[in-house]
Amino acid sequence: MTPEDSRYAKSHEYVHPEAGDTVVIGITDYAQKELGDVVFVELPAVGTELELGDEFGSIESVKAVSELFSPVTGEVIEINEALTDKPELVNTDPYGDGWMMKMRLSVPEEVDEMMTAEEYEEYVEKESGH
Amino acid sequence: MTLPDPLTDQHRYISNASQDVREMLDVIGVDSIDRLFETIPDDVKLTELLDIPGPWSEIESRRWFRALAAKNKSAADHVSFLGGGAYLHYQPACIDQLLLRAEFLTSYTPYQPEVSQGTLQSIFEYQTHQCLLTGLDVANASLYDGSTALCEAVLLAERVVRKRKKVVIAKSVHPQYAETVRTYVQNLGYEIVEVGWTNDGRIDTTALLEACTSDVFAVAIQSPNFFGVIEDYYAVAAIADAAGAVKIAVIAEATSLGILTPPGAHGFDIVVGEGQAWGVPTQYGGPFVGFMVVKDALKRHMPGRLVGETVDVDGRRAYVLTLATREQHIRRGKATSNICTNEALIALAANMYLSLMGKEGLREVGQQCVQKTAYLRAQLNRISSVSLPFSGPVYNEFAVRTPFPAAEILADLEHEKILGGIPLGQFYDGFENDFLVAVTELHTREHLDQFVAVLTAAIARERR
Repeated sequence: MTPEDSRYAKSHEYVHPEAGDTVVIGITDYAQKELGDVVFVELPAVGTELELGDEFGSIESVKAVSELFSPVTGEVIEINEALTDKPELVNTDPYGDGWMMKMRLSVPEEVDEMMTAEEYEEYVEKESGH
Repeated sequence: MTLPDPLTDQHRYISNASQDVREMLDVIGVDSIDRLFETIPDDVKLTELLDIPGPWSEIESRRWFRALAAKNKSAADHVSFLGGGAYLHYQPACIDQLLLRAEFLTSYTPYQPEVSQGTLQSIFEYQTHQCLLTGLDVANASLYDGSTALCEAVLLAERVVRKRKKVVIAKSVHPQYAETVRTYVQNLGYEIVEVGWTNDGRIDTTALLEACTSDVFAVAIQSPNFFGVIEDYYAVAAIADAAGAVKIAVIAEATSLGILTPPGAHGFDIVVGEGQAWGVPTQYGGPFVGFMVVKDALKRHMPGRLVGETVDVDGRRAYVLTLATREQHIRRGKATSNICTNEALIALAANMYLSLMGKEGLREVGQQCVQKTAYLRAQLNRISSVSLPFSGPVYNEFAVRTPFPAAEILADLEHEKILGGIPLGQFYDGFENDFLVAVTELHTREHLDQFVAVLTAAIARERR
């Protein structure tokens, strides 16, 4: 199930609001399934300023390397160090232990414009052609 | 005769009709074919067709080429002291013979790697040698040559550090390597900062310290450097570390790794170099083989192919191309590098050389180089009009200075069938009387004594 308390980007990242202007960002369950076994996640340095749509890192599976795009504008305040040794957390728990980074939003309204869980599920259904 | 114009003259071997050419030019918004070649300097462009005689029979052609080839001056009929990035070492006879095997000679880098286990195993062995010799963790399957390997190292460092735009390159790095880097990065917005040397021929650490500002992403030095002088890795590493820059060591004389402390032991992050000295003939300047070895943390940023060892479903040892998802044939424009091949055959030759020589053999090559070089330096020091410009420790190469232009002295030596060295004036101002001399295990004491005698005579002749 796609968590109802998060918002979703067309590039398959999720944004989970935490306290204040802080959000947790990762990739969706659909995205991890499409990628297959994740072997490496490259994340930005803490302190990096990102604009909406900026490339913030890359994710490597046994099949391919894909870019990761920031769904919001803000500053990176924490990255998930656990992914260095256990990149497979992205596969096993994308919305939980497989999170990628925390950001402080500079334009909080951007989140409201993202898809809801329901909209995202419809979007994925259309995209995958089912 | 003038060159054919692709827009009006149909080429016999290129099937594009002139209207196809026109259409393609229109799409990219260029008005003539010549615009595509603008970056090539005019003085190396062909302005008219080559004046090729003939048509000739096979017999006549062979005769003509043989006469032409006879004009070459080769190390086979001279005593050669040429080095400067291409060194004459002994190549065991079996290497050439084994390289002729069709499965090695004709194969390209395998694109269906699993079916070419032998090729992959040979590359894996080659990589293993590189790691052992440089003291670093991960080697790739080889690059074109030493100069392009340095370019790849610089690009790699920038990918890792990010947002810094300066690279410091010692002025005593092979000038042609540095020139290649300049060509690679000229449109990338990087600034190259050069740092000179002190009287011992080693990098000027005071100047290096000044150059290593917080916007420097990498520091590259060569050891032994272009003057043959062994650099102080430890001092350079400390300065680069303080600036947070990636430390790159370049090796032009690869046999030196058999006897000198590896750069990895001094914390260098990337070691690149030219593998020709590992028993590959100088073969008119190429093909050679570039190598690259990095710390484990940098492996995903490394360009080129990489062979890994694993096990198959039955638990048997097997080799695979690994990290290929970052290569150009899969990742296109986002690839780590535009390198999509390696120098497999020459890397195989180097692999065979290293396997045949072994630890003991490599050490002996190194010891002979050092001892014979020391002998020649001592003999030259006794000639009053000869000086050795640099006092630092050397491996198998050093600069020699006489009171006369190097070109004249070397021409004199050539009359006596001695290729005496490489004039340094073509690379550095103020070095018109200096030349670079390389000594390897192939030189006998007679060769060295002959060099001293002939040089002494040449200087005496210039005096008159």
